[in-house]
This record gives sequence, structure tokens and C-alpha cells, in this order.
Amino acid sequence: MTTTDTHCPYCSLQCGMRLRTTPAGAAVPVEVVERPRFPVNLGALCGKGRSAAALLGRAARLTVPLVRDRRRGELREVSWDEALDRVAAGLSGAAERYGRDAVGVFGGGGLTNEKAYLLGKFARVALRTANIDYNGRFCMSSAAAAHRRAFGIDRGLPFPMADIARSGCVILVGANPAETMPPALRHFRELRENGGLLIVVDPRRTRTAELADLHLQPPPGTDLALALGLLHLVIADGRLDKDFIEERTTGFEAARASAMAHWPERVERLTGVPVAQLREAAGMFADAETGMVLTARGPEQHSKGTDTVSAWINLCLATGKAGRRYSGYGCLTGQGNGQGGREHGQKADQLPGYRSIEDPAARAHVAAVWGVDPERLPRSGRSAYELLDCLGQEGGVRALLLMGSNPVVSAPRAGHITERLRSLDFLAVSDLVLSETAELADVVLPSAQWAEETGTTTNLEGRVILRQRAVAAPPGVRSDLAVLSGLARRLGVERGFSEDPEQVFEELRRASAGGQADYSGISYDRIRAEDGVFWPCPADDGSGGSGGRKGDGDTGGNGKGDGDTSGTGGKGRGGSGGNGATGATGGTGGPGAPHPGTPRLFLDRFATPDGRARFAAVSHRPAAEEPDADYPLFLTTGRVVSQYQSGAQTRRVPELERAAPGPFVELHPRLAHRLGVAEGELLAVTSRRGRAVAPARVTESIRPDTVFMPFHWGGAGRANSLTNPALDPTSRMPEFKVCAVRVERAGSGRAGNGPTGSGPTESERPGSDRLGSGPTGSAV
Amino acid sequence: MNARIAVVGAGMAAARFAQQYQELGGEAEVTLYGVEPRAPYNRVLLADVLTGRHDPEAIALPAGAALLRTGAEVVALDPAARTLRLSSGERAGYDDLVLATGANPVLPPIRGLRAPGGDLLAGVRALHTLADCRDLAEAAAGAARAVVIGGGVLGVSAARALAALGLPVEIVHHGPHLIERQLDARAGAALRSALAALGVEVHLRNRARALCGDGRIKAVELADGRPLAADLVVLACGVRPRTGLAHAAGLLVRTGVVVDDRLAASRPGVFAIGDCAEHRGTVHGLSGPAWEQADVLAARLSGAGPDREYTGSRPLARLSAGPLEYAAFGEVDEDRHRADSGHHVLRLVDTTRGSYKKLVLRGDRLVGGILLGDLATVGALTRAYERDEPLPEDPLHLLTTRGAR
Repeated sequence: MTTTDTHCPYCSLQCGMRLRTTPAGAAVPVEVVERPRFPVNLGALCGKGRSAAALLGRAARLTVPLVRDRRRGELREVSWDEALDRVAAGLSGAAERYGRDAVGVFGGGGLTNEKAYLLGKFARVALRTANIDYNGRFCMSSAAAAHRRAFGIDRGLPFPMADIARSGCVILVGANPAETMPPALRHFRELRENGGLLIVVDPRRTRTAELADLHLQPPPGTDLALALGLLHLVIADGRLDKDFIEERTTGFEAARASAMAHWPERVERLTGVPVAQLREAAGMFADAETGMVLTARGPEQHSKGTDTVSAWINLCLATGKAGRRYSGYGCLTGQGNGQGGREHGQKADQLPGYRSIEDPAARAHVAAVWGVDPERLPRSGRSAYELLDCLGQEGGVRALLLMGSNPVVSAPRAGHITERLRSLDFLAVSDLVLSETAELADVVLPSAQWAEETGTTTNLEGRVILRQRAVAAPPGVRSDLAVLSGLARRLGVERGFSEDPEQVFEELRRASAGGQADYSGISYDRIRAEDGVFWPCPADDGSGGSGGRKGDGDTGGNGKGDGDTSGTGGKGRGGSGGNGATGATGGTGGPGAPHPGTPRLFLDRFATPDGRARFAAVSHRPAAEEPDADYPLFLTTGRVVSQYQSGAQTRRVPELERAAPGPFVELHPRLAHRLGVAEGELLAVTSRRGRAVAPARVTESIRPDTVFMPFHWGGAGRANSLTNPALDPTSRMPEFKVCAVRVERAGSGRAGNGPTGSGPTESERPGSDRLGSGPTGSAV
Repeated sequence: MNARIAVVGAGMAAARFAQQYQELGGEAEVTLYGVEPRAPYNRVLLADVLTGRHDPEAIALPAGAALLRTGAEVVALDPAARTLRLSSGERAGYDDLVLATGANPVLPPIRGLRAPGGDLLAGVRALHTLADCRDLAEAAAGAARAVVIGGGVLGVSAARALAALGLPVEIVHHGPHLIERQLDARAGAALRSALAALGVEVHLRNRARALCGDGRIKAVELADGRPLAADLVVLACGVRPRTGLAHAAGLLVRTGVVVDDRLAASRPGVFAIGDCAEHRGTVHGLSGPAWEQADVLAARLSGAGPDREYTGSRPLARLSAGPLEYAAFGEVDEDRHRADSGHHVLRLVDTTRGSYKKLVLRGDRLVGGILLGDLATVGALTRAYERDEPLPEDPLHLLTTRGAR
């Protein structure tokens, strides 16, 4: 039996895990065992991670390419050559007929850095289309935009996870790690054991909220007002850190004026959070020696997500809780490689190294690495929802290559997006399972998965880590790198598309050199030796690099070496010398010593041109769709612990499926009473965009004016049939987290044979399913 | 040339309009004409400025990209020619005019209110502007006793602020209990005892008949003849919409400048918002409705929501001044509509904690409510009222978070 150290295939924690080969004849070739020393999770795994190997067996996955000969024909098995020929022909055919931008590429936040990089290069160099984007747009884009606006750089956390436990007060906004990333919970528990305070902001009393010292429960879509109200109170109560504001920030006065427009009584009216609770929260945070605000999708997935995150950053800046140890704003990113996926060219407006595709110097640098004329590089293309929305349309994308994403389930207004996908001239999907989106494809390419290939990801801490191949992929399965290489060759590009991940990474290093997300000093060997390396990490001291990389040089997750004797599993590297424990710009070893990487950003300066963090003058505004007489309730969406994202993987793992077998509608007992429904009865939830049917789950943990649905399922219970694609003007993030719905009893038998949720309901008969038991109708 | 929007006034409604107009992408050039020598600020926070909680400079409000003309008093309008004239004689043209002139404090008919020469007697002020605030703070520093004339919400919050500065304060109020426009008798009484604990004494059903003092206030003489010694007097007798300009320009004015659901006044190109506007017979005189009006007008004029209409507000009265806290809305005094048998009243009184809570229901709808002293359910309560939600038979959850379902 051999073991291989690697990381979990799922969320952005990228927990360390060890794979041990199983005896011949076992259902799966490896089993997951503990890897106790990786600092993010210290051996802990959630059910998803523990059962991740289940998908390596042949039963659940694709093992042979499939093509469809006629529009509505069946998928049939073909050779790889035939499949790749078909894809190349489908993509180039559309380019010839409609122009190069009629070919689109849609990637995923689960792809490794190498894949994301090569996919971006493939779009720009082999297809020469501007239209590439990825589902990470649906995850972190609002936080990314706010990060850049305030700090000049975007990295999920500016500090290692382990720092959380050392902070004085942490505000978790719209984040539910108890459910979405259980191994992270230990950091919050430790925070409280150390005497730190935890404040949770969530419309639901989640298991995370249960842990908190204070839970604020505003309705969806009001986090912006809440943050402004807290800033107001910090100002009113004389709790500003004036020295910090003076020395390290700009733009305070305009931000203060915005906060003055959000006085406590007004914020109470907007958020429903009593002034006394606002005061308590403001006092707890401001009075703590150090503090952090961590957001997740709750405040971010809104048409005002960027401004909302900016308002929380303002609170950190005003209280001096940024750019210092154990303080700062961070985003708990979602997808496994949501962070790295956006740094290296999968996003419509970016080139590798977090460079802007519109910046002439960036274009010249990347074009030189790629050996092409900068003039030939496309410009910015459409953002994710806009790209999906234009599929099959006049002037839109006619042929699409989709890798590692399942928008039929995960896109907002999914019924409409499904129609758009169906209207394509050609759709190719690379995935490891036959997802709902793959079912629509003309060609399906079975891809290798995490344990079968090597590659890097970048977790929420900005720590670049290495997934290592533990087993061979079954015959008939290829890596995405091999797919891109084969397609490029068929499109006439012979060079520059290696199938070897380390070679691709070497090229990525050069392409990223000098960019904000500078990986040029990172190598597979260093990652193995150091439990990951935090970017920015330029190749040699003093060259290139971003302004933001001045941080301290201890190795972060292992930062427990600095005097903490309780460190469980910390290896004490931070104090072990030689790795630049004090290095602000790259190591204490003098010239020639490698840059230590940057576990903590901004300790000396922020990554803005003047080194100062920027306040943003933002103002509360309503959601794009607020409840009204026809659609009187808020719908908010999210995840459950035993499923992951669109569920394409986790729904195929028996033990996870048993734990979370299907969608549901969470509602308050008073609402249930008004509707006359009991636990488990089927509810129809209707928005202006669609309808979904799922059983009721009655709980006092939710606000009576809000219902919650998890979004992991397609079919009748698909939450995204309902969601609103209103976009944030800056990040182009859709408004997944709030829309207006009507809820009524579905009547027996509707769940199984109901509509698939894709049908538009704009024309639905008014009142067709209403109960009519109350004077005004009981549908709410 | 870009279209020009002239806003007469630079108070809260004006600032909100300007800020929203820019945020919504409006392209016209917006000019705010304000009489006060300073940029727009948040008048709601004046009592907190008086207590020193807020720095006067810190309560400035955003006003978008508007051009701000401070100390610029508009003295005449010509809606036909679409021009306005300033006290300096300067004339300016406009395409659209927004009246956001606000309101003036009412000066009660009290003997001795004015010193010879017409100014208010020294030591007597309203609390309506930052200048008032500064003067009051200065006067309070050397004062031994203060009297507040008027026991409405403004009077109560001024009294509380002065008490917070360490002054013994007396409120003179003609009504049967404090803040009778928003509270019922029991809530008024509870508020009165809370004020007493802060060193504020309340004289109900009484009036100030005269102010006494030789150039400077020395005492307030009550209608019943009693004198109250005072070296500082705050006038808190309500406000009156400032409509002179509109009236002189021939616009329809009743209590306020009359506007329709588009917030349009009676002449083309003229709109009115905030404390000076009268919509469907109501002048709100509260910041909430003023901002709702500003938001609608900004949406209309910016083009972001050309069809938006203002159909009224369900305002909430909210005081949150140190230990004094209440929220109240709608019809709270069932004595006033006892004839209406459809009312159902729920009351929860906690004499130990000093809280008083009350719901007035008609059918399954909330028509009024008071929370005093314990506002834990304020979010649910105001939302139920705002959205006119149907309520369960026993809506105790709106009164307490403990054990209610």
C-alpha cells in the first residue's frame, strides 16, 4: 500500500488529506485517510471529503467519450479521436460562420491553476475569442471587486486561517461554515476558547449562528445598510482609530458622510435589527484589540454585492482592523480553486497573474510568454451570466466549450439558461460525470479527476497547494490538459499546449511574473516542502512583484511557531529561521534567498499605488426585486453540508445522498401555519422566472418573511429556476441570494411529475394553486 | 448644455435627492441652494451634536455630484420663465425645480419671546439647525436650569440632551401627556417617569405664558402663574412647512406645497419633497417619508424610474436617546376611536423593567403599535405594519421574543 499526500476535491479550504491505495479488487482504488499536519484542517475532514474517493469507481462516472448525431438523438460512445474531431469541427465551424467571438468557453472554479491557465490561453490563442468566463463569477466576484477597490489586490484571506483563532472579534457575514466548510469551524471554536468574540450576521439562525456571542438576523439584501449602520455607531461613539485612518487610508470623509445617511434608527427600519443590537455589535467589534470581518456568499451574491463588501471593509478600516496581525477583511471563498481560477486567465477581463486584459503592458507581457503578437489577443468578453444569456442569440455565442461547470443547475434563472444552452449550434462538455448540462451536449468528454492527476490549486488563504496524482485514471478518461492539447492541435496550434501539469505550471509562473498574483517563485518542490506557498511570491528578491506583497514572511498556516505552545500540528516554521520570518520583501537570507511567499498581506502597506487602503462611499439600495403583493416573501438560497454546489459529484456518492437526499423549502412555523402546511408536505415556490416544488421543512431558525432553498438539485426542486439574474454593476454577480417569491401548497403528486422547473411561469394562471382558506388567499 | 435641476434647499431631502440622482445615473447638472452657511447635514442627529456625541463637522451628508451654493437664499421663482432669483439679485435658469425648503420651527405666541429689536430673547432657541446647536451648547455650559417648551418628540429629545449635559430640565407641555401625537396616555406616563429618572420634570396641561428677563432669559411664567427659573429655554413647539416662496410664485399651497403622486406641484417643471410638501393631504415632517419622496423623484428625473410614483408612507416614530427608547406608529390611542368596535388591543406592561408595549389590530391587520423601553421585537413589528401583513390570532411574537411563537 502506498500513500500520497494531496487535497480534497471540493471547497476552497482545500483540506489536506492522504490517499492510501486499496487492495486489488476494491470498489475504489484509494481510500481517504487523515493527513494531520496540514495547517488548514489539521486532519479534520467533512463527510464530503471523507467520501470523495467514491467517485473514483467506474459506476458513477463517465469513462468513454459520447457524441450525439442528431439534435435530439441519443448520446453514443465514440473514440477520443472522433470526439475531439467533432469538438474542433463544432467550434471552428461556428467561428467560420459567425466570427471568432461566436465561440465561447465556460470554465469552472474547480479546475486546477494549470487547467484554468491553459483554458484561458486556449480561448485567447487557439480560438481567439473574447468570450471566456467561468462559474467563479457566481462565487467570489463581488468580494474580488471590493477587495481590489479597497486594497488594490484580491486574495480571499489576507492572512492564514489559523490567524482567526487569535483575533479579538470576528464578524461572519452571510457565512455558514458549520454547513459549508465544517473543518474550518475549529478556528472559530478556538477563537471563542481564546476569549475572542464571534458575531454572525445571517437571516437564518444557522448552526454557525448558534455558536456566536451575538447573532444579527436581518432579512436578505440588507447587509449593506447593516454595515453602514455599524460604521455610523463607531463614529458616533468615538470608536474610530483616527491614527490608522490618517496614516493608512484615503477617502474617509466621503465614507463617513455615507454612514451619516445611515443612522441607527433608519438602519433598524431597513434591517429589522434593533438599535440596541447594532450598538452591541459595534461596541464588541470596535473595542476588541484586533478584529476581522469575513464574508461569504450571503452578502456577496447580490446586485449590490460589491458595495456591500466595501461597506464591511469600511468598518474594518475605520476601526484600524486591517493591515495588522489578526485583523482584516477576508472572503471565505467557495469553490476549490475559485481563487486561483480567477487569477490566471479564465475570467473575461483578465490575463494570468491577475492582469487586466485591457492593460497594454499586461498584454505585451503575456503575449511574449505565449509567443504571439499582443495585437492578436482578444479584449474583454462577456461576464458569466451575460455569456450564458447570449447563447444561440443573434450576435451571441453559437458554439460553447464547457469545462467543470453545471449551469443547468447552478446558473440563476436556470430555466432560461437551459433554453439558451439548447439553442446552441454546438455544445461540448468536459466533466467527470454526466451532469445535467452534459446531458444537453453534442459531445461529452470524460475527464480525469482530482486523485488521478497532478496540479495546483490556490485555497482561500492564497496558499498555492499541490494535488498529487495517487492513482491512474481508468482507460477512456483523459485529463483536461490533454483535451486542450488535442483540440489546439486540431485547430492548427501545434505548440504551447502541454499535457504535463508541471510544464504548464512552469509556463504559468512566467506568465504571472510581475503580476499581482505573482507565482514565479513557486515550484512544485517548494509547495511539497512548505505545505503550500502563499502568493505573491516572485522569483527573485526585488524584481517584479506587486506592491501588496509586503507582508511578514512567516509561513502562515504554520505561524503557530511564533511563541504559541498550544499549536496542534503547527510545525513552527515561522520561527525556524531561514524562511524570512521578518522579511517584508523577501527573506532574511540576503540576496539570492528565495522569496518566502506572503502569508500576511498589507502589514506595511496596501497594494494600492500610494500604499493606502481606500474607503468607498457606498449607499444602501433595495434588492433588484423586493417582495410585493404578488410575490410577498423573500427567497434565499444556499448549501447543505452533505452536498456540494450543483451536486453533480456529491449526488452520486451514496452516503452523501442518503444524508441529503433532495431539495426542500425551509420556512417558519408561523408561515407554515398560515399556509396550512405540515413538515414534509410539498410546497410550490414561484417567482417571476419559474417555479420549483419541494417538501416543506418547518423550522424556527428562519425569519417568517423568508424561505430558504438549497440549490444542489436540478429538476422540479431546482432553486435556481427561481433566482434573479440581476447583475452587480461592477462584479457582474447575479442576485442569487434574494428574490421575491410566492409559496403555496403544491397539492399531492406534484413533486414527482411536476414541471422540470424550466418552464417559464410568466403566464402561469393566477391563483391556480391557491388555497383560498383565508380572506385574502393564503398564498404567500 | 446639460439640463439643469435647481433644488431650493440644502437639507436632508435635498441632499438625499442629489445623492440618489447621481447614484441612479442622472445626467443633469444639479444645484442646491441652501440658506445655511454649510453643506447638508443630518438634522436627525442634532440632539446628539448637542450632547457632544457627534462632532458638528461629522454629520455631513453626501449630496452626489451636486453643485452646492451655501448661504444662497432663493427669494423668488418664475415658473413660467423657469428662473429663480437669489437675495443677492442673481438670477439662474433651470429646467426642473425641486422645492425642498423644509420647515421652520413654530414660534409660540408667548409674551416676552422677543427682545426689543425683534430677535429672540437671549438664551432662547429652537433646536433646528447646527447654529442653534452651537448656541445652545454654549448657553448650556453657563446655565443652571433649562426649560423646554413643548413636550412633543423634539422637546423630549432636547430635554434629554440637556439633561445629559448635567442640567436640571423642566418640560412645559400643554397636552394631557407627552408626545400625544405618537403615544397613548400610558406610554406618555411611562416616558415621563423615565425622564424623571434623568432629572427632567414635566408640567402637563400647562403653557408658557411669558418669558421674563431683561435682555436675557431668567424665568418662564406658566399659564397658572407659577414661575420657573431658567437661564436657557428651548422652543420645541413643532414646525411649519416653509411655503412662502411657493405661495408667492402662485403654486397651490395648503399646509404645504401641494404635490401629486409624481411629486409635481401645480405648475409644470416644479416638484416638492420633504417637510415642505403636502401629498394627499398629509405633511409628514419626518425624515423617512422625506427620503422616500426624494428617492422617487430622483428615480423619475434621472430616468432610472420614469414611472415611479409616491403613494404615501407608513411612517414610524422612533426615539432612541440614551435610556429613552420607543417606537410608535399608526393609531395608538383607542380612546379616540372607541366607537370603532373592530379594534382589538393587546398590551404588555412590565412595571419592573419599565417597558410598555401595545398593539392595535383591526381584523388580522396591525393599525398601530407602541414599544417603549424594550424594543427587541421592533424589526418584526415595523415590518408587519409596513407590509400590512396578515397576523395570526395572537400576535404575541410582535411584543416579546420570549416564549412567543
